[in-house]
Amino acid sequence: MAAKSQICSIWLGSETGILKGVSLTKKQAFNFCEMSCMSRDQEVCVMAWGDPHESEVLVGSVNGTVKTFSTDKGIFTATRECGDPSQGRFTGLAVTDSSMITCVESGLLKVWKEGSTETAEVNAGNGICRMQQNQSQRHRVATGGKENPLKVWDLERPDKPIFTAKNVAHDWLDMRVPVWVRDIGFIPDSDKIVTCTGHHQVRVYDPLTPQRRPVLEARFGEYPLTALSLPANQGTVVVGNTHGELAILDLRKGLVCGCLKGLAGAVRGLQCHPSLPLVASCGLDRFLRVHNLEDRSLQHKVYLKSRLNCVLLSSREPESSNADFSGDVEEVKAEEEEDEVWDTMETVTEKAKKRAAQKDEATATGVDGKKKRKLVKKVM
Amino acid sequence: MFRSYEDHSKWCVTQKRQKMDSNEATTSESVSKKRGKTKKVKRKVKPDEAPVQEMDQAEGEETEKKSVSGPCFPPTFSVSEIKNKQRRHAMFLKLKEEKRKQKLELKKKKKKERKALGDQAPPKEVPKTIENQRIYDETTVNPEDEEVAFDEGTDEFSAYFSRLTNPKVLITTSDRPRGRTVRFCEQLATVIPHAHVYYRRGLALKRVIPQCVSRGFTYVMVINEDRKVPNGLVLCHLPDGPTAHFKVSNVRLRKEMKRRGKDPTEHVPEVILNNFSTRLGHSIGRLFAALFPHDPQFVGRQVATFHNQRDFIFFRFHRYIFKNEKKVGIQELGPRFTLKLRSLQKGTFDSKFGEYEWVHKRHEMDSSRRKFHL
Repeated sequence: MAAKSQICSIWLGSETGILKGVSLTKKQAFNFCEMSCMSRDQEVCVMAWGDPHESEVLVGSVNGTVKTFSTDKGIFTATRECGDPSQGRFTGLAVTDSSMITCVESGLLKVWKEGSTETAEVNAGNGICRMQQNQSQRHRVATGGKENPLKVWDLERPDKPIFTAKNVAHDWLDMRVPVWVRDIGFIPDSDKIVTCTGHHQVRVYDPLTPQRRPVLEARFGEYPLTALSLPANQGTVVVGNTHGELAILDLRKGLVCGCLKGLAGAVRGLQCHPSLPLVASCGLDRFLRVHNLEDRSLQHKVYLKSRLNCVLLSSREPESSNADFSGDVEEVKAEEEEDEVWDTMETVTEKAKKRAAQKDEATATGVDGKKKRKLVKKVM
Repeated sequence: MFRSYEDHSKWCVTQKRQKMDSNEATTSESVSKKRGKTKKVKRKVKPDEAPVQEMDQAEGEETEKKSVSGPCFPPTFSVSEIKNKQRRHAMFLKLKEEKRKQKLELKKKKKKERKALGDQAPPKEVPKTIENQRIYDETTVNPEDEEVAFDEGTDEFSAYFSRLTNPKVLITTSDRPRGRTVRFCEQLATVIPHAHVYYRRGLALKRVIPQCVSRGFTYVMVINEDRKVPNGLVLCHLPDGPTAHFKVSNVRLRKEMKRRGKDPTEHVPEVILNNFSTRLGHSIGRLFAALFPHDPQFVGRQVATFHNQRDFIFFRFHRYIFKNEKKVGIQELGPRFTLKLRSLQKGTFDSKFGEYEWVHKRHEMDSSRRKFHL
């Protein structure tokens, strides 16, 4: 169990309530489910790292509970009631200095302090779709939703947002442009914020400038953009929409750099690796896909039998294969687990290699064969 | 130039020889049109007697393109090199006949060998078909899989499969349908029990759906029409269920069916779902199954079949009768049509803002002839 969870580099939450861990090096996926009773109200809405060392995963479910899963031990260590389902699903989960921040759809943003039941509350307005935390300044969070513009809150002064975005000017028909913020990202090393909307727009806001309107607006596709992630190299953003189209957009000009192919269903979760040019995407088509951002090729594709809601990448190098783990994996195979099934699946890279190898062989023989045919014909 | 007559004749002969050599040289670069010039120096595979024959033929029939009757062609001759269409056609027919003869002979021989060997004959070779060669889909459902079983047990169809609701279908069309589509809807309503046909009146589907929910419908079926022919089907499961969009083709109404039986009765038909093996196929299969009430009335002897082959779903409606224990007679009643899934959307009909579970992307998914998704 512990060995299984220690080798996983990608964590996913599914609609059936199962936390799945995937190890790309061993090409295996594991289900971590407590009490072996799954129910739909355990559906995972949000996931976040519990601590900077990425040894704990916080999993927020539809029924209002936040469970803590320890990757070292491989079990759920704590459960916490953080609100009830009547206020809507969780839309954001974050951790700062021993306190946990949760946000629900009705706009109630709560800061839960460790060990005490008192909470600081902020009302962020109705219809929140997303709450995201600034990784460099952990006391700042941003919220946004349907008809709820982007607001940046400082949790030390929770009565008023420090930045509220203004809607863009009326369009060419002089009609108000509707607002629907679906996902938010903080650009590292600067104060800028990127949002993607349900009206297929990607906007960049700069709180330091006096203008509260977006600094940059880009459009992609015709379908609502559901997820967004910022890769390690600056200046680009990866977005996904409800049709399964993933695109890399350039934030300097607002143009589409390229699209990542392969997805068949809506993108629900998207995350870029902190240092490598990789992006993991999961969605309603029940697959986890890892693409390479530089050449836009599919590196790994894993079938996980439930619809997936969120994905978390660990900053540990996914390509590193530790010799120590080989022994552990054998032990795991020998052990009988009382937990769920674990799958083995091949990745696309293997097949690609096999096919490439076959192709090489084929071309090697093909040349001679072709020559022979040519000779035969020329006699005519 | 010419020195003397003898020399001249020698020269002419040498010229001829040179010409032939040069011709041979040219044929070595390009395919020769003349049947006689079939030699090439570099050729590795060469029957020994062929060059001698060819040389004789070449000398005799340098410029002749005439086809020689009888089977004595040089082995590398190709029919497509004859420029005369009629002769080429005749040659081709002869070639085909020869091939057929050879094939039949081979078959006979094999059959004889098989008979002679009797029990020890090697097993018959299975011919390769696209279904045989289908690329294994990793989403193929394993019947003992717990997670998939749980997923299916708690999805949007669970109310139907746990017998809490009975199906009630609303059939409508796109706006202002033409005769063929109207008749198709009526016939569908006879095939699907508890189905009601309503005229569309240009209403927006997003407004129709909440009204259907309040009146207790479980399905909305919208048949889209283009140029007086039904070509699309939107099947929306009602409380909050998935919406599937299909492409409809090859619609045959009742009066166009040959050797059909009398009109279907009001009995609840049995449902056959064939070959829905992948996870997506399972979802679609359940979507079709939930259209019909649970308990079929075997008295009616009617059966509706949804057969999936190569991602096309064939719908047929039959009446069967058991003549004795082993023989069944079937009559096809009812409309017949073919469906192809275009997209499966989670939630009720919302093509702009809905989240899609599966979208058919032609350039990515149709690149392999052996890969199917249902």
